[in-house]
Amino acid sequence: MIEFDRFTLDNGLRVLVHRDSSTPIVAMNILYNVGSRDEHPDRTGFAHLFEHLMFGGSVNIPRYDDPLERVGGENNAFTNNDFTNYYLTVPGHNLETAFWLESDRMLNLAFSVKSFDVQRNVVVEEFRQNYLNQPYGDAWLLLRPLAFKVHPYKWAPIGIDPSHIEQASMDEVRDFYLKYYNPCNAIMVVAGNVETASIRELAEKWFGNIEKGRMNSRDLPVEPEQTEARSLTVERDVPYDAIYKAWHMCSRADDSFFATDLISDILSAGQSGRLNQKLVKELRFYSDISAFISGDIEAGLFVITGKLMKGVSMAEAENALQMEIDEICRNLITETELQKVKNRVEAVMEFSEMRVLDKAMNLAYYELLGDAGKVNDLIQRYDSVTIADIAVESNKIFSPENCSTLYYIARNHEAK
Amino acid sequence: MTILNRKIQPEIQLPGRINFIQPETYQLRNGIKVYQFNSGTQDVISIEIMFAAGSWFQKKPFTAMATNLMLREGTKNYSAQKLSESLDYYGAHFENTTERDNAYVTLYSLNKHLDSTLPLLSEIVKNPVFPAYEYSVLAGKQLQMLEVNRQKVNFLARTHFNSIIYGNKHPYGMYLEPNDIGNVTDSDLADFHKLQYHSDNCSIIVAGRIKPELINDLEAHFGGNDWSGMTSRRQQYLPAGSDEKNHFLVKEGAMQSAIRIGGLMFNRNHPDFAGMKVLNAILGGYFGSRLMNNLREDKGYTYGIGSSVVPLRNGGYFVISGEVGADVTQEALTEIKSELKRLCDEQVKESELSLVRSYLSGEMLRAVDGPFAQADLYRELIEDELDISHFEELMDTIKHITAHQLQDLAIKYLNPENLFTLVVGPEKI
Repeated sequence: MIEFDRFTLDNGLRVLVHRDSSTPIVAMNILYNVGSRDEHPDRTGFAHLFEHLMFGGSVNIPRYDDPLERVGGENNAFTNNDFTNYYLTVPGHNLETAFWLESDRMLNLAFSVKSFDVQRNVVVEEFRQNYLNQPYGDAWLLLRPLAFKVHPYKWAPIGIDPSHIEQASMDEVRDFYLKYYNPCNAIMVVAGNVETASIRELAEKWFGNIEKGRMNSRDLPVEPEQTEARSLTVERDVPYDAIYKAWHMCSRADDSFFATDLISDILSAGQSGRLNQKLVKELRFYSDISAFISGDIEAGLFVITGKLMKGVSMAEAENALQMEIDEICRNLITETELQKVKNRVEAVMEFSEMRVLDKAMNLAYYELLGDAGKVNDLIQRYDSVTIADIAVESNKIFSPENCSTLYYIARNHEAK
Repeated sequence: MTILNRKIQPEIQLPGRINFIQPETYQLRNGIKVYQFNSGTQDVISIEIMFAAGSWFQKKPFTAMATNLMLREGTKNYSAQKLSESLDYYGAHFENTTERDNAYVTLYSLNKHLDSTLPLLSEIVKNPVFPAYEYSVLAGKQLQMLEVNRQKVNFLARTHFNSIIYGNKHPYGMYLEPNDIGNVTDSDLADFHKLQYHSDNCSIIVAGRIKPELINDLEAHFGGNDWSGMTSRRQQYLPAGSDEKNHFLVKEGAMQSAIRIGGLMFNRNHPDFAGMKVLNAILGGYFGSRLMNNLREDKGYTYGIGSSVVPLRNGGYFVISGEVGADVTQEALTEIKSELKRLCDEQVKESELSLVRSYLSGEMLRAVDGPFAQADLYRELIEDELDISHFEELMDTIKHITAHQLQDLAIKYLNPENLFTLVVGPEKI
C-alpha cells in the first residue's frame, strides 16, 4: 500500500508526494511522457540520446552532476519505448538542490556543442557495448522489426543503427526539447520524510514560473493485425543456437494484461516454471529458457527465448517448445499453479516497496497510466484472474499467425 | 517578493554524523553467531548463512560454486522439483552465491510464509544429496554459460587480470576453463559439502522484520550438534604475479577493448585502506571522477570506466576497468596513465576534495538505508573480523584526510610504472 498526495501546478506539472519517515533519504523521480515511440523512423535513438544531453548543463547551471554530488546525492535515468525517466536520491535536508537542478533543466538546456558531440560518441559506445559487442546482443534489434511493421515499437530505444545517432543535429535536439520537455508533459514524485505542504511550496517556487508548453499528443500509426507467422534466420559468431519467439499481446491498460503476465510466470517464474522443468531439466534441449512480457504501455510482445544445448537440432527444440505452448492452450492449469504465481506477485510487490526510490518510480509510472492509485489495486487485479482467464488468454496470444520467430544460428554450425 | 535566483545553489547542509546500526547479536547453543537487523516498513525477511566455503577452499576449480548451486537440486526429503515447487509456491527464493573466500546461501521470504520456507533453507544446507542427474544438467548449463561469457571482452579481462596479478595457481588468480567442469564429479561436491558446510564453519545474518520467536526457529533448525564439523583451515598461498607488466589478449571482431590496470593491494585491516577508498573515489569511484570526466564526458571514448579497491581475506587488489571503442584503445590507455600520474604529481584542490567528501558521505547514508543495506554493509565487517569502529574510522578519514596525504598515497600505490596492464581487444596494440 503506497499512500500519496497529489496536486497539479498551473503549468500542468503533476506532483505526487509519498511520506516515508523510516529513512533519511529522499527520492525524486521526474518522468517525461516521451519515449522512442515518439521518434521519426529516420532519427531513431533520439529520445535516448536526448536523455544523455539532459546532463550536459542547463541554462543557469553548467553541470548537473557536480552540485548533486556536492550534497551527497546520486542520480541516473533511463529511456524506454514509452517514456524517459530521471531519478535521484539525496539526504533529506538537501532536497532543495534537487528542485533547483530539475527545474532548471526543465526550464532550458544549455545546448552545448561540446556536450552534444561527446554524448553522441558515448551513446555509440553504449550501442556497441550492450548490443553489438555482446554475444546475442543484436537479437532484439532483429526481433522487433520482424514483429512490428508499422508501429514505432519496431525499433529499440537505442536506435536502429549508430549512424542515426551520428547524424543527429543540434537543431533537431532543440526542437525535440521544446516539443516534449515541458511541465505539462511531466510527472514529478517526491518520496521520503517530507510534508506535502512544504513540497508544494518548493514546487511552486522552482517549477511555478516555467511555461506550460504543449502536452504530448500522440497519433501513432496502428500496427495492423499480424495474419501469418513470420520468421527470420541469421547466423552469428556465438557458441550456441538460440531461438526467440514473439507474439503480439494486449496493452498495459487492457483487462487481459494481468492474466497475460501470469501466463509468463506459469511458464517461467522460478525454477519450477514449466519451461525450465520440461525443456531444460527433463528433455535437456535448452540450457536456459525464459518467457516474459515486453513491458510496453501500448500493445507489446509476449516473448519466449532460449539457448539450445549443443547437439540439439532447432527443429527438435522448437517442437518441444511448441508442445508446451499447446499444453497451456489446451488444458487448464491447476489451482495450485495459479496460487503459486499469485503468491509470487504478492512477494514481488512487498519487496518492491522497500526503498523510497522504487516507490517513487512506481507512483510516477502508474500516474502516467492514468492514476497513481492503481499501484494499490494491483494485488487485487492479479488475484481476480481465474483458471479460465488463463486458458482464454493463452489461446488468444499463442495463435500461430500471431507469432514471429528469430532463429539465431551459431556460425559454422552443421545443418541437422 | 524575492526574485528567484536560479544561478545560485540553495543552501546546503553538510552531512552530519552517520548512525551505523549495530546488529543485535547472539549465539546459538552450538556456537553459531547470529546477527540481526530488525527494521524496515515491509513484512519481509532475508536469512543468510555465510560459510567459509569459497573457491579458496576447493581442490579442483568449479567445486565450490557447483556445490553451492547443487544444494537446492535434491535433498534427503525433497527432490529438486519438489523443492522448487514448494519454494516458488510461497513466493520465496534462494540466492546461492560463491565468492573467493565465502559462500552464501540466502533465503528471501515473506514473513507470513516463513514457517513453510525456513525448513527448506535448513533442508538444503544440511541435507543435500547431489543427485547425479541434476548435476549433469547443471554442469551442462554452466559449461554453456561459460562458453558464452568467454566471448565477452569484459569477462575475459576480469578473469585474466586476476591471474596476471596473483598467478594462475593462486586461489584468487585461478579462473574456470571449460575443461575443468568435466573434472568435478557429484561425489567431489558431497565431499566438499561435508568439509565446508557445517555448524563450525558459518555465521547467520538476518535482515528485515524479525519476530522474537525467530531465535527459537533458528535454534531448532541450525543450533544443534547434528551438523558439526571442523573449522576450515586456510592453506597459505603466495601470490606469484607475472614478470611482465603489459599484457594483451586478442578477441577477434571485438568493437571495444576491455582495459584493466592495477595490482595487488590490501584488505580492510590495512592502515592505508580508508585513505585509498577516498583516493579511489577521486580517480574512478563515482560519476564525476577523474576517469569518467576525462574518458567519457570529455573524450567520449567509453560508456563507463571506473576503479575499485577490492579487499579479500588474504590480501586484496586495485583495478581500473572499462570498455572503450577499439579504435581509441591506445588513446584511452594514455589518458588513464596521465590521470594516475596527475594524482601523483599534483595535490587535489579543495573544491574537488570537498565534493568527494560530500559524495562519499551520501554514499554511506545510502549504505545504511534499511535493514538489507545495513546487513550488506555489516557483512564486510564479519568477513574481515572487524567491528563498527572500522566504518567510523572510514568516515573520519573521509572528513579529514588532506590533499597532501592523498598525494602520498598516490605516489605509494598508483604509480603507473608499477601497475599491470591488460587489454582484451581485436588487435594487438
